[in-house]
This record gives sequence, structure tokens and C-alpha cells, in this order.
Amino acid sequence: MSEQPLSDVKCTVRVASPLRSYTGGASTVDADGATLSDVLADLDRRFPGIRFRMIDEQDRIRRHIRLFVNTREANALSEPVAVSDTVHLICALSGG
Amino acid sequence: MSSTLWIGTRKGAFALRRAALRRKTWKLSGPFFLGHVIHHVVQDPREPRVLLMAAKTGHLGPTVFRSADRGKSWKEAATPPAFRKAAEGEAARAVDAVFWLTPGHASQRGSWYAGSSPAGLFRSEDGGANWSSVTGFNDHPMRPQWAAGFGTPGGEFLHSILVDPREPRHLYISISTGGTFESTDGGSDWSPLNEDVAADFLPDASVPFGHDPHCMVQHPLAPDRLYQQNHCGIYRLDRPGRRWLRIGKALPKKIGDIGFPIVLHPTDADTAWVFPMDGTTVWPRTAIDGKPAAYVTRDAGATWKRLDRGLPRQNAWFTVLRQAMCTDGQRRAGVFFGTTSGEVWASTNEGDSWACAARHLPQIYSVTHAT
Repeated sequence: MSEQPLSDVKCTVRVASPLRSYTGGASTVDADGATLSDVLADLDRRFPGIRFRMIDEQDRIRRHIRLFVNTREANALSEPVAVSDTVHLICALSGG
Repeated sequence: MSSTLWIGTRKGAFALRRAALRRKTWKLSGPFFLGHVIHHVVQDPREPRVLLMAAKTGHLGPTVFRSADRGKSWKEAATPPAFRKAAEGEAARAVDAVFWLTPGHASQRGSWYAGSSPAGLFRSEDGGANWSSVTGFNDHPMRPQWAAGFGTPGGEFLHSILVDPREPRHLYISISTGGTFESTDGGSDWSPLNEDVAADFLPDASVPFGHDPHCMVQHPLAPDRLYQQNHCGIYRLDRPGRRWLRIGKALPKKIGDIGFPIVLHPTDADTAWVFPMDGTTVWPRTAIDGKPAAYVTRDAGATWKRLDRGLPRQNAWFTVLRQAMCTDGQRRAGVFFGTTSGEVWASTNEGDSWACAARHLPQIYSVTHAT
């Protein structure tokens, strides 16, 4: 899938490679939402299953996942997201 | 009939296929989901084209994939196994890995069970697309005591989910560590079933639960016959009895009766294979003295015979994990196992001799047979 055009009412989401099987290979997508929770819900609606691979059933960010809004690491899904922000879905190093 | 061995590994799944008339010639395909941790790949005996696969990655949370075309294509579960949302002040559990998959009763097409780490039991009614918590176990008032969180090195697992072929409401499960439990009402209530099983790693070895079953099996044609390979030996239980009999004591003392897997002959309830490992000192969990061997009993555990023809004679230090050994449905049974060093070994003569069917795979977690 080619990169999606960015809308001026949406934030930009950078998708780590382990999650791109959900986005059809796209490394950047756009998403709606005023908080990280909203953004992830929008992503899951369009790319079913992607949220649960990052967020557990208690709404906790999984151990080897990191979420950033621009350069600010988010510790909770209530983190606000503004139009023109970039959300980074990062898979922390966990090799071996 | 052709057949397939599905190999779950730490880095993806593989398939070994053989044609009916060439039972000793295997063709490897895969990897499927390269880089995923695959704990189990299981065929649905009610719909043989259907397979379920338990998967996660080092980064990503757990899920289940389903194939309806014998593994040619896969689709992820819409609702993977997950605990319910915790109430305020309550311990919040999250599934770290889907560890075990068991098809439901033959009369309940589409039903499946899954066991997780930490210990949780889940059920699907729609062929693995959507999963729900078996609250009778996951929210049982005794569950915090039954699965107290003394995680084994790989975590606390719920495994060996057994469905009585005579009665779909009669279930068994095992937990490492926790013990074996039985339900006679479809999973609404459970009770421990660990009498006379050793627990010599606990301060009170006579506890009713807290044991460490590694693998438990039920014979499909004689469902009152159970066996288990435990952290503390090999046992047999003939229901409705409740006291397990340690049959591993009949193994040679220098071998002992510690291991992970135990598998049964498809038609003979007195025949079982195990793969002993080194459970001494710091528990190396390797082939004993670097000389791997399976052992078979043909008299329900009274005697055992070493089966090592064709296996490495020395300097082979692998382990065979609990889901990594299986048999096929042949009258003269094929026996198969995968190793932590990435080899698959096959016998077409009930273990009398072995040949390597694949090597250089990632660490093998499971080997299951599919038709």
C-alpha cells in the first residue's frame, strides 16, 4: 500500500515495521483523535487488531512498546494529540 | 494419506509434509510468520482444513491466527484471548502469551479452548475468531491460590486442556505451577486433582495444589486413562480414581523420570512415550549425559524401554519441550519430536529407530501432526 495522503485535520502516525502487516506495509498513516486513546481506536477501526498488539486488555502500553507524541513519550492513553502532531508507534529493542 | 508436521518455533512456524507412500521423505515449507514466537499449531479434527496458531512477537502482544485452507492463508482472530478488565483495586491480569490450543468436543463444531501465560482459560465458539474468558476458572475464588504466580522459567502456563470425548462438560487443565484441575460442568467450577503427585520443591509436599505438571494426556479411546509428565516424575491415573501412581520409578535410576513431553499410542492406552531430561542439581534440562533417548512403556508404566537407535550417540545437549513431541494416527504409530536445537526427528516404527527430518530450524516449541 502506498503512503496515505495526510489530511489537514488529522495527526500523522509513524508505524514501526513489526506493525506494518496491519497497515498494508505503510510506514506512515493519518488518524483522527484528540487523545492517544482516540488515535489508537481510529487505527484499530481501519486496521483491525493493531491496537491489541500494542495495548493490553487493561489499557496498559505493552512492555516492549513505546508511544511518543512528537518527541514526548506518552505514559498514558489520555495523552492529548493535536492536529499536526506526529504519533510514533515504536517497538522498543527486545532482541535475541 | 499424506500428513504434515506443524512446527512451532521461537522464530516462526514451519511445515514438514510427506506423501503417504513415502513416509520417510519429508518436504519442509515455511517459515510462516517469520520472527513470531509460535507456541502451538493445532489442526481441527472436526474440520481438517482448519488450523489455529498461537503467536506473538518479542514486541507485540499475543494473538491467534486461523487458517481454513490447511495453512495456505491465515487470518487473525478478531478478539484474541484476553482477561476481563480489572475492577478498581483488583489485580489486573493481561495475557502475555497464548500457550496452548485444544479443539472442543466433537459434537461442538467451532468450539476451541486456549490456555495462556499467566494462567488463563479461554473459549471460542466460532472457530477461533472470537475468544471469551472462561470465568468459572479465571474468576474462581481459589484461582489466586491455585495459580499463585510461582512462574516457571518460561512463565506460568495453563496447558494440557483435555476434553472428555464422552462428555463435553468434563474437562481437565494443568498449570505450571499450580497443578491439575477437573471440571464436570463445562468449566463453571473446578477442583484440584493432584493426590499423590510429588511436590518436593514446596515446603509442604502434601499440598492439594501447587504442583508442576509439565504435560498431561488422556487416551482418546480410553478416556479414563490419564498420564502426566510432571516436574516430579511420571504418573498414571485411572479414573474415577483420584490418586496418581508414579510409574516413572520403573525407569533406570541413572535416567530418572523428569522431562517435559508425554505422548500416547493412538489405539493402545498402555503405550506411552517420554523423553527424559537431566533434572538433577541446577536442572540443566538437557539430554542426559548428552545422549538423547526416548523411552516407551507398553504396559502402562510397569516397564520402560530405551529408544535411541539413529539418535546422536554423544554430545547432543538438546531439550524436547512439552508440546514438541507427538504421534500420528497410524496403527504402527509414527513418533516425532523437535528439539531446542532446531532439529525434527521422526520414527515410522514406534520409536524403534529415528531419522532426522529437518535441522537448522529455530528453537522448537511445538510439533503437532495433521492429516
